[in-house]
Amino acid sequence: MSVHAWLTVETAQSEFHASLQRLYAGWRSLIRNPLGSAGLAVICLLILVAAFAPAIATHNPYQQDLTAPLLPPGGSHLLGTDELGRDIFSRLIYGSRITLMIVVLVSVIVAPIGLILGTVSGVMGGIVDIVIMRVTDLFLAFPSLILALAFVAALGPGLENAIVAIALTAWPPIARLARAETLTVRGSDYIAAVRLQGASTRRIILRHVVPMCIPSVVVRVTLNMAAIILTAAGLGFLGLGAQPPMAEWGAMVSTGRRYMLDSWWVVTMPGIAILVVSLAFNLFGDALRDVLDPRGE
Amino acid sequence: MRSSTTRPGWRPGVPALTRIAGRTGVLVGSTLSTLFLLLTLTFVIGRLLPLDPVAAIVGDDADQSTYEQVERELGLDKPLPQQFVIFLGRMLTGDFGNALLTNQPVLDDIARLFPATLELATVAIIVGAGLGVPLGVTAAVNRGRWIDHVVRVISLLGYSTPIFWLALIGLIVFYAKLGWIGGAGRVDIYFVGLVPERTGLLLIDSLLAGDREVFVSAFRHIILPASVLGYAAIAYISRMTRSFMLEQLNQEYIIAARAKGVSRRQMIWRHAFKNIRVQVVTIVALSYGSLLEGAVLIETVFGWPGFGQYLTNALLIGDMNAVVACTLIVGCIFIGLNLLSDILYRVFDPRTR
Repeated sequence: MSVHAWLTVETAQSEFHASLQRLYAGWRSLIRNPLGSAGLAVICLLILVAAFAPAIATHNPYQQDLTAPLLPPGGSHLLGTDELGRDIFSRLIYGSRITLMIVVLVSVIVAPIGLILGTVSGVMGGIVDIVIMRVTDLFLAFPSLILALAFVAALGPGLENAIVAIALTAWPPIARLARAETLTVRGSDYIAAVRLQGASTRRIILRHVVPMCIPSVVVRVTLNMAAIILTAAGLGFLGLGAQPPMAEWGAMVSTGRRYMLDSWWVVTMPGIAILVVSLAFNLFGDALRDVLDPRGE
Repeated sequence: MRSSTTRPGWRPGVPALTRIAGRTGVLVGSTLSTLFLLLTLTFVIGRLLPLDPVAAIVGDDADQSTYEQVERELGLDKPLPQQFVIFLGRMLTGDFGNALLTNQPVLDDIARLFPATLELATVAIIVGAGLGVPLGVTAAVNRGRWIDHVVRVISLLGYSTPIFWLALIGLIVFYAKLGWIGGAGRVDIYFVGLVPERTGLLLIDSLLAGDREVFVSAFRHIILPASVLGYAAIAYISRMTRSFMLEQLNQEYIIAARAKGVSRRQMIWRHAFKNIRVQVVTIVALSYGSLLEGAVLIETVFGWPGFGQYLTNALLIGDMNAVVACTLIVGCIFIGLNLLSDILYRVFDPRTR
């Protein structure tokens, strides 16, 4: 029996078999969506590039060569050089590590916080719910870049503080969503059954409500990643995120600004990198939503 | 009794006026509590500062007594709750302190710079709504056809493009290569201060003064930043308009209208669109607010002397008086827009009554 047949057989043999089958079905409908697959491919490529940056880069990204500043694309410098003669292609390659790090760290901080706040709010109700949701609404109503800017101003510029600031502004949509999901399961019979068995509120939240919220939270976090990338790039561009000489894409656009009228490639290349990666996350997030959350349009 | 089950929110025996007053009370209460939270948040942001604000003023060499005196003047020797009360009092009376950069009251600075941002955001929202709404409607009507996909791509790109980069590319192409538009600033440098300032909006001021050259120059300067800013709004507005419209087109009254022989055009604009007007206005109002966010980046790129550039400069030199004031003002604008869209819903959508 082939793996494909085993994964699509009518009746599952075990619980494990069934969940594998569900994953496989989801995967198949995901890769049937061409745009979503393209997004996924770009994300995988980004991860590979970040992992093998030293092998892919043609030059040392921090090596200055003042005899060869602002060289146009072509020759030994695939995408040209910047004002200090550094190879732009190699800097973009290393910059993928920073972008990936920001996305992963912010998501890892934000997802559990949003999940816990949302589920606690939904299950407990009453005054806890009102307080948490008021705070969430306030953060949600605020434009995330301006709030992140204010936090960075207070904490001081730098990559770590930028990550903290973005995380502080990115949790509310997840909390909102987790609460909405919680409200749909809160009144169901299985929750009443566990409650009657004497399960504590903590156990109900962690074991019976949180798992129900995870699929939609995953989608939301994925869709958020594009926004995180853009906010981080914006902070870098304003000089409040990653600091030079770090090869962060937003900061690269910012320093290239002074030379852009004669050397268009200095600002164009990093911008394209930001655009492609955030587009990929948007496409993949959309496709993931169609698979995991068929209710949505 | 029957109507109380079919119309939630309708309570028998309560006069209409009391009901409206009650609902207004809830709205006012929730707005005030959000405002209070916003003040708390800005207070916290102001206190996060790792720098010692006293040392920043007196310098490192100051002796103990000078230090303590300044600390007392700033009110930093008092316990935190008391500081918070003082902060609340100052904010509510509009006393935001002086800005480090200009040494003027922050509120005066902002009042002077705000019209520039308002003008930029207004032109941008005209671009955004003017294109976004028709695009959304067209996409919904032609669901699944090529035009729908084109609109989807436009909107996806809008969500994914770093707008500061798009602005720079626009400058390279339309300013440096083609020479179609003006460069940095609100108007060509030799026109600065030529028309008397009445509204603070240069396009309107130059029209009022009847100065055609200044108007043209101002238009050439505003069109690119406003279009780039508006593009981000198009993405959101067209996507939302499309889904509102699809919801209407699936309703039975549309089929009935078609069966009666109503023309396609009439069906779209007179029947379906009429029902989503309020939702569209709400979306436009909300994206007007998020344009402020884009303005921070766009004004930096275009050297636009507005609120966003002021905020960026304040951030870079760590001028917390200005940062707190700007954050508070943006927050208030957002609360105001949310409240406005809430009220619009209540007034114009009969179902919420």
